[in-house]
Amino acid sequence: MTESMGLMKGNEAMAEAALRAGCRAYFGYPITPQNEIPDYMARRLPKRGGIFLQAESEVAAINMVYGAGGAGVRVMTSSSSPGISLMQEGLSYIACAEIPCVIINMVRSGPGLGGILPAQGDYFQATKGGGHGDYKLLVLAPSTVQEAVDITYEAFDLADKYRNPVMILGDGLLGQMMESVRLPKPVGYLEEKPWATTGCGYGEPRVINSLYIEGPIMEERIRRIFRKYAQMEQDEVRWEEYLTEDAELLVAAYGSTARIAKTAVARARDKGMAIGLFRPISLYPFPYGKLRELAGRLKGILTVEMSMGQMVEDIKLGVEGACPVSFYGRAGGMIPTPGEILTQIEAMWSRLP
Amino acid sequence: MELVAARPGTLTDKPFHYCPGCTHGIIHRLVAEVLEELDLRGKAIGIASVGCSVFAYDYFRCDMQQAAHGRAPAVATGIKRTQPESFVFTYQGDGDLGSIGIGETVHAANRGENISIIFVNNAVYGMTGGQMAPTTLLGQRSTTSPGGREAKAHGYPLPVAEMLATLPGVAYLARTKVTSPAGIHTTKRAIKLAFRAQIAERGFSLVEILSTCPTNWHLDPIAALEFVDKEMAQVYPLKVFRTFE
Ligand SMILES: Cc1ncc(C[n+]2csc(CCOP(=O)(O)OP(=O)(O)O)c2C)c(N)n1
Ligand code: SF4
Repeated sequence: MTESMGLMKGNEAMAEAALRAGCRAYFGYPITPQNEIPDYMARRLPKRGGIFLQAESEVAAINMVYGAGGAGVRVMTSSSSPGISLMQEGLSYIACAEIPCVIINMVRSGPGLGGILPAQGDYFQATKGGGHGDYKLLVLAPSTVQEAVDITYEAFDLADKYRNPVMILGDGLLGQMMESVRLPKPVGYLEEKPWATTGCGYGEPRVINSLYIEGPIMEERIRRIFRKYAQMEQDEVRWEEYLTEDAELLVAAYGSTARIAKTAVARARDKGMAIGLFRPISLYPFPYGKLRELAGRLKGILTVEMSMGQMVEDIKLGVEGACPVSFYGRAGGMIPTPGEILTQIEAMWSRLP
Repeated sequence: MELVAARPGTLTDKPFHYCPGCTHGIIHRLVAEVLEELDLRGKAIGIASVGCSVFAYDYFRCDMQQAAHGRAPAVATGIKRTQPESFVFTYQGDGDLGSIGIGETVHAANRGENISIIFVNNAVYGMTGGQMAPTTLLGQRSTTSPGGREAKAHGYPLPVAEMLATLPGVAYLARTKVTSPAGIHTTKRAIKLAFRAQIAERGFSLVEILSTCPTNWHLDPIAALEFVDKEMAQVYPLKVFRTFE
């Protein structure tokens, strides 16, 4: 059951999807290009019985998320690259303490203060842990506003299911883009969380913790969260294929870049080249298996990113040398055009044996 | 035989790991007694911070969350805002609250966040082995101020309570010590008032308690108590800064 909302800006559509998913607390600190999310939450969340609080920093915000999530409510924060960097210690605690929460990162260019233009330079940070220690976030990368809505809505279920933070990795393009969307119906009943610290009444106290000073106990804790990751690797791998069946070359791209790449792929098809698109949607767990399968019958993969090359490392891991992998990237907020990508495709195509 | 003293029900049976002569244990007991007397155990959520008291979740028999170094007031905010019926307190050292977490402390206080903070000031970083804290006294030796703290190089002892006393969001604020039965009594009363401020929804409450660290001060337990009375209490005067009733 969905409801057509007409045109909505990506950031606002995601905020509304979060509300409909039962998000009842938002903590965040302003940063471009995601300010429409806190602004929307500040207007709407209190009216739906929730809490909006502008924290004094992203460090405080993520620790508020930890507290509220530990106390059992559906909670989220959103930020952009420098702010997400500040949240890393908190995310590491949250993952170890197994607290569900949702984090939106509308990636901007970096390193440093960088710029406010779209980028994909936070791929490593998002998918390989990001903070200290052995843990992972479940990372989903939408490429349209509708998909951003659907993913945001589902992210809260996934966070609860795995008791693990879920990160939605977008960028300024997705956040600012206006598209027509259908929104899901607000969730009804949510399952109780017996582990949450809400006051124990006179029952057994509950403890939310990430400190295990004895090696064997800490190792068991890590193994426990990794059993969840193994489960995610089985059940939560997502990707999109476009014209892959007869393709001899694939373009691999995620998020906004994948949309641009899709246009380039369609143009290449018009020119008679057998090109397809492989778009990972879950960046962790990464669709290595599907990629390996495809790579066996391909003559090459061109990875395109708005970075100097990060996902390309996972593409290579997935391909396992079965076909050549090349890379084209723009960085610093520069967005690759369909024409640029087409040029890369044509060059690769012309080199084919 | 009549039972005249017992462990408050809000303390678990787990023996404290604190060093001999450390007053963290006394402060734990006072907090537990007040939780018990105000019948708060069932709705209390305590936040253990990073410092010698990191295992506080093993000692208080109520729901507990352990927080990253300095972030306890933010964690408490997240809980209290979403569970307004609960009773939320943090237990933090002076490195945790006054150094790495001073931002979270000031902002929670300034928002008048309806939480209670037990602030244990022992003028040193206990857990990591006696480094200089923002509260270390001038002239006091620590492993990172081996020649004694010097204002020119290290700045001055940070008067946390005096700073917070300037903020209108603060409902109850006092500084006490636990070096004598009278001091223990005053401290317990201050903790009770702080907790009552939260129950009455008056806003932020904090009790700064001067505490010993015989191990890192390299003093025996008696001399450590004297150090609190003679040295620390000079720099950190005992006072009720703000009250609400
Ligand atoms: C981010 C971070 N930095 C540093 C530490 C190391 N550390 C653990 S306890 C501590 C000092 C605690 O001192 P204080 O808050 O005064 O408490 P005490 O041990 O004296 O009771 C430090 C620096 C840490 N755990 N996390
Ligand atoms: S190191 Fe100091 S503060 Fe820590 S338990 Fe020992 S005496 Fe107490």
